Amino acid sequence: MTDATDLPTWAALVTSFLVLLGAGFTLIGAIGLLRLKTFYERMHAPTLGATGGAAGILLGSIVFFSTLQSRPVLQETFIAVFVTVTTPVTLMLLARAALYRDRSEGSTDIPPAIGTDEGVKTDESI
Amino acid sequence: MSVTLLSWSLLIAQILLGIAMAIACFRMIRGPRAQDRIVCLDALYVNAMLFLLVLGMRTGSTLYFEAALVISILGFVSTLALAKFLMRGEIIE
Repeated sequence: MTDATDLPTWAALVTSFLVLLGAGFTLIGAIGLLRLKTFYERMHAPTLGATGGAAGILLGSIVFFSTLQSRPVLQETFIAVFVTVTTPVTLMLLARAALYRDRSEGSTDIPPAIGTDEGVKTDESI
Repeated sequence: MSVTLLSWSLLIAQILLGIAMAIACFRMIRGPRAQDRIVCLDALYVNAMLFLLVLGMRTGSTLYFEAALVISILGFVSTLALAKFLMRGEIIE
């Protein structure tokens, strides 16, 4: 906090609110990771941190550095776009891998594959 | 007054993110199967990226932004490679 002494009060308020909101979202997502029962439920929990948490902290960072340097600092949108694009890709691929593993082990508490009789299907599309 | 408010709220945010990272680490150690551990690794690198952004705001330098960007890119690639490995048993076919 060396050069933040000339930050106006409204910018400090907005930054504090956004950063605390984002950190709270992330913590709620982590608690969900701890408490939910099955793997397919647990997969939803960290996306709270990747959407709400990242959005709050990145917006707070944009407001903070823009008012501190008196010019628009928009480099954080790069991280925002990147996280928004990559998180669904990784989690969908991971869910398909987990479903493939469960089906190849003959687990019964997962839905059967579409178009087959008894669920066990070799997925050739990835 | 604004500096005090900002430094305290950034410190609290760092503590919350640290607790989130600790929970993700705990689940990664305890998680019953491999896919649980990979999901927790994914959550852990997103939390570490946010932690570095808040650290950069505390010190007032934009230097930590590059570190956060590198963490997000490498974390995406590593999670993708691990999911691919889980699916096929090999990464590059």
